[in-house]
Amino acid sequence: MLNISHISTFYGAIQALDNISLNAEKGEIVTLIGANGAGKTTLLSTLCGNPRAKSGTITFNGQDITALPTNQIVRLGLAHAPEGRRIFPRMTIFENLQMGALVADKKHFAADLEYVFTLFPRLKERIAQKGGTLSGGEQQMLAIGRALMARPQLLLLDEPSLGLAPLIVKKIFHVLKEINQQQGMTILLVEQNAHHALSLAHRGYVLVNGRITLTGTGKELLQSDEVKAAYLEGAA
Amino acid sequence: MDYFFQQLINGITLGAIYGLIALGYTMVYGIVGMINFAHGEIYMIAAFIGFLAFLLLASLGVTSVIVTLILVLVISMVFTSVYGFAVERVAYRPLRNAPKLAPLISAIGMSIFLQNYVQLTQGARVKSLPPVFTQNFHLTDSLTISTVQLLILGSTALLLLGFSYLINKTPLGRAQRACEQDRKMAALVGVDVDKTISLTFVLGAALAAVAGVMVILYYGVLDFYMGFLAGMKAFVAAVLGGIGSLSGAMLGGLLIGLIESFWAAYMGGDYKNVAVFAVLMLVLVVRPNGLLGRKQVEKV
Repeated sequence: MLNISHISTFYGAIQALDNISLNAEKGEIVTLIGANGAGKTTLLSTLCGNPRAKSGTITFNGQDITALPTNQIVRLGLAHAPEGRRIFPRMTIFENLQMGALVADKKHFAADLEYVFTLFPRLKERIAQKGGTLSGGEQQMLAIGRALMARPQLLLLDEPSLGLAPLIVKKIFHVLKEINQQQGMTILLVEQNAHHALSLAHRGYVLVNGRITLTGTGKELLQSDEVKAAYLEGAA
Repeated sequence: MDYFFQQLINGITLGAIYGLIALGYTMVYGIVGMINFAHGEIYMIAAFIGFLAFLLLASLGVTSVIVTLILVLVISMVFTSVYGFAVERVAYRPLRNAPKLAPLISAIGMSIFLQNYVQLTQGARVKSLPPVFTQNFHLTDSLTISTVQLLILGSTALLLLGFSYLINKTPLGRAQRACEQDRKMAALVGVDVDKTISLTFVLGAALAAVAGVMVILYYGVLDFYMGFLAGMKAFVAAVLGGIGSLSGAMLGGLLIGLIESFWAAYMGGDYKNVAVFAVLMLVLVVRPNGLLGRKQVEKV
């Protein structure tokens, strides 16, 4: 479904991604783990066309999207719940979800809204509240809900666990598993929380300083000495 | 007492016009974070297009006043919108990611260019439009409201209703607000950001067009320089109300109009502009974000 082939991305003169290749097949949960500054967020941003890859190609369902504008890329069925959640702060929950549904067919709106509310009943309770006044956990639920409203084929999630209480993190990972199993949703998950991410994912990649150093199934990576030493100390 | 109420009517009328122009400043600031200093010139061009449309319709023999007015408004709004659109494409879009100073200079350049363009093509002399509406309505013996004043107040109220519906309730308005709140995220949910920014300039120009047409009906005169002071005051109105806030722009416009009218009526016309700018400074000292402005922290 998603094929990233040998891409490199730069911020000015600084190279953030170096010859990255990665793929995700339909129905998979693929995770990308790595330390701060490894280039995880840059990879997701590059997929969405901002910043642009300087070399390499990205194809989505066989179509080359490397040079497409962001708003056209997402129209092809790729939704991004980005770093920092980026909820529209002066819009209500309902309006944020409406914005999410912008690229989806209108006839699905009511059913999709209902689906998001079953996943996150909290959002329904606060439907008229402004995004900027929500707690971090609620904002994360809204960010995922907003991405789902686009009826994507591929869901990109950037550190959904960041700064959240363990109970909420558990809840969110549970929801991710549910949408993957029930809807067959393909998910590309960027995480620092390696233990959670690798337990959930079918496959994973380890990113160090803009390069992929290790790849394998979630189980394999969880067992790997390199991953254990670098990312799982004390976590398991 | 009638004198007081007369000034109130005059002040609100003037304020409505400033408010319509101020909305253009505040919308553009909200979405691209720059002051479009050419916006006063857009308003001036709207007045000229309106003026030419009046002459054209008169020479075509259109005699119905209502038909003339509607046609003039439509013509002015359409052509002025094209100017608003073009200014953004030519002078601002190429500088979208440049340092903040670049689009500011570009805006000032565009403002001077448009002034000179109109001076060259229309001449430097003041033009006058014969009164179209002459009827005054007496509310009491010495308190009157003119047809043009009623028109200005009525059309402003209608425009504001339509405009706030557009911004608050339609998908277009939602896309506009999304770009204003987080442009990058707006693109990520599929909003065409360039198109939305163009639309913002077009909307601002269309509102300024109504103000331009109303002003030549009200005062009966126009020249290539009229956009400077009016634009400046509308900008002050937008800052006074809290730049970026739509209701703030309208409130600021009304306040400026009232201050100007009352100062001129009670203290003489000489220092009315001084009074306007003095109030601006006072308000900003106490409330740096303007009357209805948000704290800057919230802007991520």
